[in-house]
Amino acid sequence: MSSLFPASAALLCTFFLLAGCDREERGLRHQAKAETMAFVPSGDPRANDYQNNAFQLSQGQRLFGWMNCVGCHSHGGGGMGPPLMDNKWRYGGRMEDIVYTILNGRPNGMPPFKGRVTQQQAWQLAAYVHSLSIQTRKDVLGARTEEMSNVEPPTLQSPRTPINEPPAPGHAPGK
Amino acid sequence: MIRRLLPLLPLTALVAGCQGIQTSGDDAGRDSAIIRDLLVTFTIVTAIFFVAVMAFLIAAYWRRGGKRQDGISDEDGVSHERSLRLGFFFWVGAVGGALTVLTLASYFTDRGLAQANPDNKPVLSIALTGNQWWWDVQYHYEDPSKNIRTANEIHLPVGIPAMIYLQSNDVIHSFWVPNLAGKQDLIPGRVNDIVLMPRRVGHYRAQCAEYCGLQHAHMALDVFVDTPADFAKWEAAQEQPAPQPTTPLAQAGYAYFMSRECSTCHNITGTTASATVGPDLTHVASRATIAAGTLPMNRGSLYAWIADPQGVKPGNNMPYVGLNADELHAVEAYLETLK
Repeated sequence: MSSLFPASAALLCTFFLLAGCDREERGLRHQAKAETMAFVPSGDPRANDYQNNAFQLSQGQRLFGWMNCVGCHSHGGGGMGPPLMDNKWRYGGRMEDIVYTILNGRPNGMPPFKGRVTQQQAWQLAAYVHSLSIQTRKDVLGARTEEMSNVEPPTLQSPRTPINEPPAPGHAPGK
Repeated sequence: MIRRLLPLLPLTALVAGCQGIQTSGDDAGRDSAIIRDLLVTFTIVTAIFFVAVMAFLIAAYWRRGGKRQDGISDEDGVSHERSLRLGFFFWVGAVGGALTVLTLASYFTDRGLAQANPDNKPVLSIALTGNQWWWDVQYHYEDPSKNIRTANEIHLPVGIPAMIYLQSNDVIHSFWVPNLAGKQDLIPGRVNDIVLMPRRVGHYRAQCAEYCGLQHAHMALDVFVDTPADFAKWEAAQEQPAPQPTTPLAQAGYAYFMSRECSTCHNITGTTASATVGPDLTHVASRATIAAGTLPMNRGSLYAWIADPQGVKPGNNMPYVGLNADELHAVEAYLETLK
């Protein structure tokens, strides 16, 4: 009995080590610095930071409503603009491609947001858009959304393999 | 005895905390006055009983004081049984009476607070929306062209009830001006209300009273109770659109504001900036503080806030824009003109 006590106490104390396991780095104070770097169209080091960070993703979801992305894309299902939930990408589905699309716009209606949203906000938005087709780690995805939806929560959906599908010339926007 | 209690004297300095711009012991509002009366009643009644109990304890302590001579029998105690019994009945009566007084006081306080507008006076209507971490304020009038939109500051005319409609855009917040009234929660998806009945002119501070995230502590609201004349002046000034910039520097700031990131989120009435994501800035320089009571309104604070909002209030939703020095000077100069 008495010999078991120190051992079990030591074992219990090791559980305190778990307190050192941060889920993720929010980096509130360091955001300013990171945004002074130039955009790299292929292999930008920020892509992984933003797409696998629950905080950045939920900020992107907020901005998606605030910046009226829902006006054309609805909540990912598409409307006037193409759907973002499916696995088809006209201009590439990597984080860098989505940031480029947001900042510079695309033909047939997608306006450029350069100078209207900051670099950081563009990356956050891209992280959210990227997650709509469940390409993000499951522990980063939000379990529920605020708006009405007939699809399962993102955490219960299976990842969709991205397919590049260039728009047909002269094709009307939308589906 | 007195000398032994002397070290406790500094504790009375705590009473000094019972006044100021954010205290619940004030009578500047009808509700807070009613609540204070209840608090005073409870304090007096319980203090009387505390003193009585302490007096009995001290009497019991001194009663025998080692004066027993035989060491066994206690003739003294038994001979006073009659007076003890009388005292006991008196004590039960006092406790019963005091409990009745306190219960009635609570009841009348509750009834008093339940009367929203007993004299049926004309009411000022204000919609207050909580956001992480700032307050959106809209004054609604019968003539909608007179409506006022501002942020993080409300002005109330003294003696006129203000009906506050409380909503939230994100999480649960709580509206509390301790000098004027009690708390009321702001719940996403529904409208709560509270009536403020200010009785004394002054500057008070409200604070979000429900933990709402990282910057909960920096979610304050300046409440000014004005004389009717001052309030009318403030109202008239707030109804005006923003003044046109006149100096070249302010004009450059205006141009930047309207064409870049600022106008994506902020509204300035009278200009093309008409977004509602962030606080309304139409008369931002006329307010007492910026960033929901985080910094006093002055040139230095404005520079600090525009240059790096995340440094002043980490986690808030205003992004780091990355203005260069010229742009920073210009935007700050423009905001300063928004009186």
